[in-house]
Amino acid sequence: MTTSTVLAAAGDVSGGEEITFWILAPLALIGAIGMVAARNAVHSALWLVLTMLCLGVFYVLQAGPFIGMVQIIVYTGAIMMLFLFVLMLVGRDASDSLIETLRGQRVAAIVLGLGFAGLVGGALYRAMDGTTAVGLEQANAEGNVQGIARLLFTKYVFAFELTSALLITAAVGAMVLAHIERRKQDKVDQPSTMRARFAPGNYPGPKPGPGVFATSSSVATPARLPDGRLTERSTPDILPVRELTAQETSLKGTDQ
Amino acid sequence: MSPSYLAQDPTLADFGRDPWWLVLIKIVFAFAFGLLATLLGVWFERRVVGYMQVRPGPNQVGPFGLLQTLADGLKMAFKEDILPKAADKVVYFFAPTISVICAVTALSVVPFGPMVSIFGHHTPLQVTDVPVAVLVLLACSSMGVYGIVLGGWASGSTYPLLGGLRSSAQMISYEVAMGLSIVAVFMTAGTMSTSGIVAQQGHGTELTIFGNSIPAPGWYAILLLPSFIIFFISTVGETNRAPFDLPEAESELVAGFMTEYSSLKFALFMLSEYVAMVTMSAVTTTLFLGGWRAPWPITIWEGANSGWWPMLWFFGKVIALVFVFVWLRGTLPRLRYDQFMRFGWKVLLPINLVWILVLSGLRSIEDWDSRGKLIAVGIPAGILLVATLFWPNRRPQPKPTTQEQVDNRPYGSFPLPPMDLQVPPSPRITRVVAEREPANIATGSDSREV
Repeated sequence: MTTSTVLAAAGDVSGGEEITFWILAPLALIGAIGMVAARNAVHSALWLVLTMLCLGVFYVLQAGPFIGMVQIIVYTGAIMMLFLFVLMLVGRDASDSLIETLRGQRVAAIVLGLGFAGLVGGALYRAMDGTTAVGLEQANAEGNVQGIARLLFTKYVFAFELTSALLITAAVGAMVLAHIERRKQDKVDQPSTMRARFAPGNYPGPKPGPGVFATSSSVATPARLPDGRLTERSTPDILPVRELTAQETSLKGTDQ
Repeated sequence: MSPSYLAQDPTLADFGRDPWWLVLIKIVFAFAFGLLATLLGVWFERRVVGYMQVRPGPNQVGPFGLLQTLADGLKMAFKEDILPKAADKVVYFFAPTISVICAVTALSVVPFGPMVSIFGHHTPLQVTDVPVAVLVLLACSSMGVYGIVLGGWASGSTYPLLGGLRSSAQMISYEVAMGLSIVAVFMTAGTMSTSGIVAQQGHGTELTIFGNSIPAPGWYAILLLPSFIIFFISTVGETNRAPFDLPEAESELVAGFMTEYSSLKFALFMLSEYVAMVTMSAVTTTLFLGGWRAPWPITIWEGANSGWWPMLWFFGKVIALVFVFVWLRGTLPRLRYDQFMRFGWKVLLPINLVWILVLSGLRSIEDWDSRGKLIAVGIPAGILLVATLFWPNRRPQPKPTTQEQVDNRPYGSFPLPPMDLQVPPSPRITRVVAEREPANIATGSDSREV
């Protein structure tokens, strides 16, 4: 069996390793199916987290503790967290609608998916059946981390650096697209805001409400400033400023 | 260093050989340590903060108020468990448990002491150790974020969601700074296993001053001072403690991600916060403060680093670090969110990168004792770092007097009252004097009685 040979290569086989595999493998599959089947986007992300955690443990199980831990830290801890972050910004009630826009696409997707899984599984089984995994002892001779580091920084250093350059280019490009440049003089800090507020020509206090200190309670009547002047700032722009005449303000004699 | 002293260091080969009951004892011990640390930690924090604010703190339940947290915990367990209508029930239920599990799991790779003998078994005082133990710690702390974020999301209301969002952004940012400061430790120790890092910190070289040989400290807190400072700052950010407790900033977000939680679920969040604080202190001790190794004056005594004694030094260091956490909370005001993020990305991260570059450059110089160059560079770099952090922004200028400020105002400014304005007493206020008969006291012996 391929499973047992891979496990056998991972140092000394114990029953615990096999038990762990048979517990976590169904969990990983359930996570994968749940990720597709879940309606809610956050639930989908959580199912995917489950699958990724199981994968991390599988790596550790197969004598690759470094890649296992990096899988958990980077993929589960950072990248899925960013996914969740974006999903939360989108809104918590955003669920997929059940209306099928392309007729028969679900059935087609299921059939194609099963077919593809069968092809890959069959090919892997045919290719791996009967082969024994060799070379793990040599690869992990001076420790798993040291072995990976030696390969990364000697044999694969060019590919490694190219990948990092690609990632940095992508990150910088995203930042350039999303970034809004603000010049230094455009940024206003709190002291300069306050200075502008109390500068000559600017009234620092709140605007008086229309009708306050006015001779009538109409919104069209401008308010009076403490020194008696009328202020146009108290009336809406579409209304003309109008002071009531003496006749208008005098008693109409209706209350007698 | 005598050979018997070095023989106490566990190596990776010493792990995985314990019988099952010994493993069980160790796991239960680590778990109980986490719970007890929470019980005592809450009490400790309240007492210390009380002392700093000149008030007694909890002192009624039990001796010195030690059982106050236990009483509070019991009270919390008996409270009604409220499930909000808008909550996502499954996620809401699981979020606190994720937090607690991650916080407690991290304790399993922390070395509490050297090789000891338990019921005839020669075994290290540590649940387990793997070649990538420090990465396990990082993984636990990064998975712990899920508890907070999901708790905030599943509560189904605005404040918890905002708290969860804040905490995810915060913990991701500070995890980067934390990971980078650990890189320096990896480079110096040459291993990622926690017991190996503690062992590496024991090899201090002897300094001869005035004929006395004093062992130079092998602590990475001194050798890698900038890393230590940045690491500790990031642990405060990572554990959501003041002054970085933005996810639960009560003046902005009520209680942040745990606003809707009550009863035992709230208690679990509380538990995970304190366990995380103690775990982070233990990790800082392990990575930078020599782990369970005794500091210099105690090492004069030969048996200081063998047997069960190292556990005492370890707990002492952890308590000292927890005290620093509490001290920070009692002293510093909470940062604004943008200041906090800028600090993480624009200050801690670049300093860390430059320091790693300098360190790797130094390590590639061959003809110099590595410890010597680390001390020669680490201490100045640390001093430089502290100086940059606390450098005043500009020279304080002599403050103009009020009259000068008034005179300098441009024409047309908002009118001011005269500076020597004396407000006359209002004529409407009349002094009310009670007029009454003198008290009729028969025995007027005491003159103070009226």
